[in-house]
Amino acid sequence: MNKTVKNSDEAIHGIKDGMTIALGGFGLCGIPENCIAALVRSGVKNLTCISNNAGVDDFGLGLLLQHHQVKKMISSYVGENAEFERQMLSGELEVDLIPQGTLATRLLAGGYGMPAIFTPAGVGTEVAIGKEVRRFKFNGEEKDYLMEYAFEPEFSIVKAWKGDADGNLVFRLTARNFSPLVAMAGKITIAEVEELVEPGKLDPQEIHVPGIYVHRIFKGEKFEKRIEQRTVRKK
Amino acid sequence: MLDKNGIAKRIAKEIKDGYYVNLGIGIPTLCANYIPEGMNVVLQSENGILGMGPFPFEGDEDPDLINAGKQTVTLLKGASIFDSALSFGMIRAQKVNLTILGAMEVSENGDIANWKIPGKMVKGMGGAMDLVASAKNIIVAMQHVNKAGESKLLPSCSLPLTGIRCVKKIVTELAVLDVLPGGGFKLLERAPGISVEDIKKATAGKLIIEGDIPEMIL
Repeated sequence: MNKTVKNSDEAIHGIKDGMTIALGGFGLCGIPENCIAALVRSGVKNLTCISNNAGVDDFGLGLLLQHHQVKKMISSYVGENAEFERQMLSGELEVDLIPQGTLATRLLAGGYGMPAIFTPAGVGTEVAIGKEVRRFKFNGEEKDYLMEYAFEPEFSIVKAWKGDADGNLVFRLTARNFSPLVAMAGKITIAEVEELVEPGKLDPQEIHVPGIYVHRIFKGEKFEKRIEQRTVRKK
Repeated sequence: MLDKNGIAKRIAKEIKDGYYVNLGIGIPTLCANYIPEGMNVVLQSENGILGMGPFPFEGDEDPDLINAGKQTVTLLKGASIFDSALSFGMIRAQKVNLTILGAMEVSENGDIANWKIPGKMVKGMGGAMDLVASAKNIIVAMQHVNKAGESKLLPSCSLPLTGIRCVKKIVTELAVLDVLPGGGFKLLERAPGISVEDIKKATAGKLIIEGDIPEMIL
């Protein structure tokens, strides 16, 4: 099955004002740089973005924020972004902060065809406000769990290391993070890859996301792969 | 009084051979420097690593290999990489033996607040709420008092909570304390040069002192 598209502009076709999209990446690691750039170019507005982080001021999702294209962010951690903070405090931007494991598992549930999950994260905190609490005896103890709904983003966008025309994806090191979950949750999933390989070149045993979850794939035009915190030791 | 490295060094003594450990950002990260050589300890980073190693040598840093604090890191022999759902799966299923994290406030019943100061600082909880809700063994590394000299070990937290009744042990610049299941901070050890009186003054929550309190051995 040939799911290849020409470039990032063609890949994001159909993402319209007011839609909900999920994006892979942890900090700046493994973010779909090319599709984000294409979204900026497209001028699409009022997006709801599900993404663990919101980029930095001048890179990643920070670029969409800078151009006021985001209505709402659903994230677990949004430090390192002054423009984000300004928009949030001024009320321009709606922000739903949720625990990181909850975010990951709500995406997983979407891709696994399950409407909801139960997690202990956030019990007794403001995250639990308005949510159904259920008590389970599990793993040797009885405790409270919050019911959290699966994410069903209209579009999902991820960046993978390698992929093929069938949409099979392989991620590299910790650039995997949320990306397989994001890819599985989308009604339409777009993958930008560093290397688009010939069909049959990927080892079937080592594919992280099977192509059935991926609808469009292309070789990213350019990867900057910026490092957020360069920490090293001396030789 | 202990500095940050002193707190990390004392906490590292709680890490046992064969443990899988998740270290939070800040002082907890420093604990890795004090794990005795030859001890088998596997560090988990919640963005998807088991077997995290030290920072890379200059020039070897890889943008695709970072820890949960977004710092460039390395992998040790036997390491594995996985996605975020699996990472929190192993945390929720209590496969990780010990979680060490920082806090702004801890209450005498073990509640912890470390993610938000309303109107001032809203960065988000990251993985902290998942970790504290599931971990069997949670040690908090924190300052005993804030910059204004007010205690951060309180009868109840004033800041929005990260988790309830979850903290088991606290190591501060002044002391090591257990949080008792029935409530209260039980004083176990004093930092070098610190008296029981000093610790009493710095603790707003219920402090339990039984017998002589030894000075900690670092």
